[in-house]
Amino acid sequence: MESNQYLDVFIDESKENLQVVNDGLLELEKEPTNLSIVDEIFRAAHTLKGMSATMGYDDLSDLTHKMENVLDAIRHEKVSVNSDVMDVLLNSVEYLEDMTADIAEGGNGSMNVGTVVSQLKAIEAGEAIPDKYTTEAANESAATTTNDEPKTSSSNTLTVDQFEQTVLEQAKIDGQSVYHITVSLSEDCLLKVARVYMVFEVLEQSGEVIKSVPTVDELENEEFDQSFDIILVTSDNEDDLQAKIMKVSEVREVTIQPFDAEANQSIQEQEQSSDESESDEQSETPQKNESNDNGGEQKKAAGNKTIRVNIERLDALMNLFEEMVIDRGRLEQISEELNHNDLKGTVERISRISGDLQNIILTMRMVPIEQVFNRFPRMVRQLTRELGKDIDMQIEGAETELDRTVIDEIGDPLVHLIRNAVDHGIETPEERKSKGKPGQGKMLLKAFHSGNHVFVEIRDDGQGINKEKVLQKAIDNGVVSAEQSSSLSDKQINELILASGFSTAQEISDISGRGVGLDVVKSTIESLGGSIEIESEFGKGTTFSIQLPLTLSIISVMLVVVEQETYAIPLSSIIETAVIKRSEVMKAHNKEVIDFRGHIVPLVDLRNVFEVPKANDDEEDYYSVVVVRKGDQMAGLVVDSFIGQQEIVLKSLGDYLSNVFAISGATILGNGEVALIVDSNALIK
Amino acid sequence: MSEAIQDDKVIVFKLKDEEYGIPIENVGSIERIFNITRVPRAPKFVKGVMNLRGVITPIIDLRERFGLEQIEQTESTRIIIINVDGKSIGVVVDAANDVVDVPHDIVEPSPEVVGSINADYIRGVAKVDQRLLILLNLDKVLSEEEFEQLSTID
Repeated sequence: MESNQYLDVFIDESKENLQVVNDGLLELEKEPTNLSIVDEIFRAAHTLKGMSATMGYDDLSDLTHKMENVLDAIRHEKVSVNSDVMDVLLNSVEYLEDMTADIAEGGNGSMNVGTVVSQLKAIEAGEAIPDKYTTEAANESAATTTNDEPKTSSSNTLTVDQFEQTVLEQAKIDGQSVYHITVSLSEDCLLKVARVYMVFEVLEQSGEVIKSVPTVDELENEEFDQSFDIILVTSDNEDDLQAKIMKVSEVREVTIQPFDAEANQSIQEQEQSSDESESDEQSETPQKNESNDNGGEQKKAAGNKTIRVNIERLDALMNLFEEMVIDRGRLEQISEELNHNDLKGTVERISRISGDLQNIILTMRMVPIEQVFNRFPRMVRQLTRELGKDIDMQIEGAETELDRTVIDEIGDPLVHLIRNAVDHGIETPEERKSKGKPGQGKMLLKAFHSGNHVFVEIRDDGQGINKEKVLQKAIDNGVVSAEQSSSLSDKQINELILASGFSTAQEISDISGRGVGLDVVKSTIESLGGSIEIESEFGKGTTFSIQLPLTLSIISVMLVVVEQETYAIPLSSIIETAVIKRSEVMKAHNKEVIDFRGHIVPLVDLRNVFEVPKANDDEEDYYSVVVVRKGDQMAGLVVDSFIGQQEIVLKSLGDYLSNVFAISGATILGNGEVALIVDSNALIK
Repeated sequence: MSEAIQDDKVIVFKLKDEEYGIPIENVGSIERIFNITRVPRAPKFVKGVMNLRGVITPIIDLRERFGLEQIEQTESTRIIIINVDGKSIGVVVDAANDVVDVPHDIVEPSPEVVGSINADYIRGVAKVDQRLLILLNLDKVLSEEEFEQLSTID
């Protein structure tokens, strides 16, 4: 089936449309009376239905169709929005998402949706199926929503309404022609819908489809015989159009004739005076699904100026660029050595240009974190209903952009944290009231940029972390010893819940305690080069704060020398570098510490940590110290000398050496040597 | 290892006084030794990592691996880049300078007495033109335990 080539586009667009539906529904729940939201949802659902029908995913289009019916009922105020209705609708969206996912994985998107379909039907039938509308506003689409009315598709004449009339007149003024096109498909055509789709594709390239009989809706549902009629505004001539349409296979016949808008004017007027007017000499089929059609059309016409690029290509581009960054480093070094003015100038220029290029490539890979956040409101909503809680979830900074690779990885940890907050953090309304808090819990999901990092915060106003309980549990589970526990700060105690082998849930619940603790969250985030912190006040709430790097591939580092070896320390974790007199180093608890701007900072000698072979035993009078931080804690890394700051390409050590202590990766320096990247987080306890 | 590979060409390298063979299909390239960066706290036989045309490649010291004494690098010291399971690893050998056809039928199972070397590493022994070649089982040179050890160092 040639629709395979459209599959990627189909999946992407379906996801987008589902997202629109999803967002719209949640919005609608907050403002049940805002019918413009319904319109928006309807449009997205409609597009989805059309596309899935075209692609032959019947179950998907069926379910969407049922959903659409309910939405239509809501739109016409036949069904009122309440949380039961929302439940069913959101549930359907979930099914739709599953189906789309199935299709994306190569399945056929078929699923047993009997329950939800019958629920949708029940909602729809909750009111009498509308035949007549009393309200003026609803009047216009009355004829169309009753899709079951007999079709007279063989009719070869068309009428236009006021709006379309205006468009047609405008087109004439602009010098475009209006054609009435009748397309007949050959009788043995198997994929009528696909052919219709292709014909529309062709037509939309040459102009604008103003109207079709049967409606686009019906065409998509294959509710027509062998032919259909279209009014098209175009600047192409008849012969060209004819040739173009005939190129679509299985089209038997195309007749094109100029459409006389003026002649229709009188009909239109008559129509307005009497709604059921069929007194025209032409026999008519009043198919007026304008609101739908126009909606669909506008969506297609309003293509924004973006293109879809396969992420693999971007990765390839990034890899090539990384190679270039390495060679750029080498060029800089050579020009420095040769000290040739022209060469230096050129190399500087190349450096600048490649710097710009790097920015562009990096931003190209950036996607708003919205993609990840989007699924949370529904998840929270569902969880709250399951758990009998009441939570108002707010999202801030969804537009914050992050590298695609980070986005792909961050979803699961966030799900985990949010489930955790809903399950263990926020109390039930009764419990909250008894504590003098408002019954509705608050949860804030917030993302923002700061420096070279993106922060994601999950804040709840729940019960907070019970430190005694945590400590007790940690001791019981052997995460810390009783002696150690006495010297822990509050923060350290909070962070115990992230330690492996720890789980505070009293009993294992469906929601969060599934044997996988928050340690998985921590390790995922750390594997992304990020970090996680917890702030919590018992009884008041908890904030999880995740710090993530903007990008994973190119980072700024400080190169330092330890004996004969070169190491790279990520600039993001460095506070400053200092040269300190040996005499200023103090001892506390048998550890070397320095007084750094009023803070006592422990020293970590990289020579010892990395077991660097000693070249000489000379004790120097000065220590070169790189002060790094992890959260609030600091440490001074003692090195032999500083080389300077450089942009490097982060490379992994490979599968064989994936877990080397305090080394997060490697990079290739300008001279071709490999330098290891220090994971300063691992050095701070 | 399939039968077809077994009677194919092998790259011959020297380690101490013995000659070893690895199937040519598994060999990516043979490199001169240069600029190996030591990886701290890695197992002893991991000599470090090297930049192999933009790819960070771990380097294994086969002398250390086989429990032989260390020697200074010489002009003939080479790194053979081998590909196992789609991953590249470099092994340091004393010399690598020959490609030999090993007919399948002359490969004999490894003798029981092989000193310190775990017999698992050895696929067999072949006598080709008065030379005794020890054919290595690459999968086993970095055996499962070794792989595990390598990826769980801390």
